[in-house]
Amino acid sequence: MKCKQCPQNAVFQDLCKHHFILDFEKKVKDTIKKYKLLDKKESVVVACSGGKDSLTTLYLLKKFHGNVTALAIDEGIHGYRSKTLEDLKQFCEKHKITYKIVSFKEDFGKTLDVMMTDKKNPCTVCGTLRRNLLNKYAQGYDKIATGHNMDDESQAILMNLLKNQTPLLHTLGPKSDKKSMFVQRIKPLYFCSEKEVAAYALLQNFGVHFAECPNAKDSYRAKVRDALNVYASEHHDVKRNILESFLAIKPHLKKQSLHVNQEKFIELAG
Amino acid sequence: MKLFIERENKHNEMDFKGSVKELLQKLEINPETVLVVKNDALVQEDEALQNTDVVKLISVISGG
Repeated sequence: MKCKQCPQNAVFQDLCKHHFILDFEKKVKDTIKKYKLLDKKESVVVACSGGKDSLTTLYLLKKFHGNVTALAIDEGIHGYRSKTLEDLKQFCEKHKITYKIVSFKEDFGKTLDVMMTDKKNPCTVCGTLRRNLLNKYAQGYDKIATGHNMDDESQAILMNLLKNQTPLLHTLGPKSDKKSMFVQRIKPLYFCSEKEVAAYALLQNFGVHFAECPNAKDSYRAKVRDALNVYASEHHDVKRNILESFLAIKPHLKKQSLHVNQEKFIELAG
Repeated sequence: MKLFIERENKHNEMDFKGSVKELLQKLEINPETVLVVKNDALVQEDEALQNTDVVKLISVISGG
């Protein structure tokens, strides 16, 4: 099949390499602009795992914004994290990007593997500790950019709905609320599917290993992801539709959450 | 056809002639979850595959 826009062979989404890259970058630029993710004068740190999503975010913010810093966290996951951190170091050296690597062992005294010996739900513990360290080491920056993509976000929305955790739902979205204690988070890849990001990283020769965290394989998220992917194979717009529906109701969810919190406060105070 | 399935780190050799879409159906792999590389170039689902091709299935699911 030929590219929709030129006589070259199509490689992805009926576009040639050149036009797919242009299309993808425009989508990210449009997201940054529409949701006011990053002002020209603001400083930004990119939370990096060394995987395709964070390296794509790092590359594009460097391209669009100029000065960026990479911040990586070594949780201490045997046989996984050292490979992705090596990819990150090589990438940053190639693209002349400053990077900092911090670790669970240095900050919490133990690796994740040691913390989770004989315990369940490593993803919940890991996520909470990672957020804590990101916020700690991003102090002084205006924004933290993460590589969350459309698949991650649609899964997170469904997970909250399926677990009846609607008070938490309004915290999702392309940009977190401004809070004094926390550096604001932005998601430039919000409307890019996981497959699109993978195609972009491959076509740009980022040299990433497309590996899945060994702890994530049996997680609740993985179950939701697999079910959603089965449905999405026949209904191609479903992930985008989940995000659009969520963004349409987000203001109401926020109001409701404030109301619930006020009621809880009155109950506790009473 | 030489086939490498990255997620399983598995190299196979198989007799196959058809499209990428038909190959994924035969292997029962969800197209949402992989990129298909034929002879070092990314290809779409309508691409024809021959027995002489070297095909890689790259899992797009990463991270944690």
